[in-house]
Amino acid sequence: MRQRHENALLKPRENSSGLQAVRGHDLVDARSVTLSIRGLSKEYVPGKPVLQSIDLDIDSDGITAIIGPSGTGKSTLIRCINRLVEPTVGSIHFNDQDIVGLSRSALRLARRRIGMVFQEYNLVERLTVMENLLTGRLGFVSAWRAWRRDYPREDISQAFALLDIVGLRGFENQRADSLSGGQRQRVGIARAVMQKPRLLLADEPTSSLDPKTSVEIMQLLVSIGEKFQIPVVVNMHDVGLAKRFASRIIGMSTGRIVYDGDALGLSEQVLQTIYGGEDWMQ
Amino acid sequence: MAWGLLVLYVVWAAARLDFTWSRFVVGLDNAEKFIGRMFPPEILQPDSMLNGLVESLEIAILASFLGILLSLPLGVFAARNLMPAWVSWPARSLIALCRSFHPVIVAILFVKAVGFGALAGILTLTVASLGFIGKLFAEAIEEISLKQVEAVRATGSPFISVLTYGVFPQVFSRFIGFSTYQIDSNLRNSTMVGIVGAGGIGSTLFAAFQRFDYNFVCAILIAIICMIMMGETLARAVRRLLGVDVQKSDV
Repeated sequence: MRQRHENALLKPRENSSGLQAVRGHDLVDARSVTLSIRGLSKEYVPGKPVLQSIDLDIDSDGITAIIGPSGTGKSTLIRCINRLVEPTVGSIHFNDQDIVGLSRSALRLARRRIGMVFQEYNLVERLTVMENLLTGRLGFVSAWRAWRRDYPREDISQAFALLDIVGLRGFENQRADSLSGGQRQRVGIARAVMQKPRLLLADEPTSSLDPKTSVEIMQLLVSIGEKFQIPVVVNMHDVGLAKRFASRIIGMSTGRIVYDGDALGLSEQVLQTIYGGEDWMQ
Repeated sequence: MAWGLLVLYVVWAAARLDFTWSRFVVGLDNAEKFIGRMFPPEILQPDSMLNGLVESLEIAILASFLGILLSLPLGVFAARNLMPAWVSWPARSLIALCRSFHPVIVAILFVKAVGFGALAGILTLTVASLGFIGKLFAEAIEEISLKQVEAVRATGSPFISVLTYGVFPQVFSRFIGFSTYQIDSNLRNSTMVGIVGAGGIGSTLFAAFQRFDYNFVCAILIAIICMIMMGETLARAVRRLLGVDVQKSDV
């Protein structure tokens, strides 16, 4: 089944329905929930929770935007999902496993199926664009082969295909530190998609970019999510962008979810609950 | 007040050690005779000199090879941002131990432990390399951007690949810089360890001193200068070959 899923990536539209059928056969429920968070709390300092018993299910293929003021735990929530931040209590079910309880090695295997895009791109600056993309395959290739840059041929062709998709054809041999912000984020997205993830997390992917590039990056995330049928969870503080691109919006305030619905339901009153006050809306 | 005390101490110490102008003039006189006897340089024992030089070179190369190879994992273990305290602490202690003695003292210890000859010299300079490269490499790793490392970790990469993709690209050029500097330094020190019996040209040099063959001493010193200069040229070539900017590297 995994094999089939991996093959699905290069020709996503043809194979994805087949994939659904296999999963449906296995799991009875034809459309299983991708991510299911229950009672998740995080305290960096004991007694000062940043997240307070979050319950959240992600199952749609579209974009889910998490909005809220800075310091409200958006980033912590997203980082708890792949345990870049260790949750204090709660469960995170992904791929029929509770991520929270996984051992280090099992966590490593689970992380391979969760792509992540970062605010500051987090590319390895001194490596080339191609090497950065192939970083997405490190979980699947032995350290020895990775060190010798001896990747399977399909990984290489997948990388070239993704460079086309994100609009960076011809950039494969450039070093990451020679790219502009928008280009870097495109590489960041391509690297995440290289993992053939079943979930894509994006932590403030547009916050370091200018407005025009931000829109382009959001459009890219939407099209990637559709094309490869990956649910995308995006943290953002730009309400306008969230309304424009997200099919579902989660509003957070002081470590709790205070809104969960579509963009239309995001009334001024709701926004006031999320961000507090009203001066900022002028 | 503090400055006054310092000046007083300097004057007192100078008087106590007979650090005076008249003593210096007497010394100059002696230096003139010594230098006069050094010229013209003369190679009295070509075999001994050639063997010594070759042995020094071998000691330097072997010790550098071992030292660089071992300091790579040692530096990684000592980096507190990658390793838990129970790994980094012993590694840092080992580095501190390697750095605490001058190579002459280490060489004497190794001569006593493993006997006269090149082995003691190789071990001495390996220890020196471990201390120097290990410490600076660990510090370089502690200064890297962890964001890049985090991104590699988030892909589910095994730890070794996190190192080769997330960490080493960020510190590789500095590591080359430290290593070539240490090769240089090992080459210089390999001519010294022989004085305490740890192999190399140093023993020939020391013997010439003791026999007052100052012409031969001069010849050996010139040969050492040539060897060091050749080493430096070679190190620069290596850096250029590996694309490490000589100006920008740290040492």
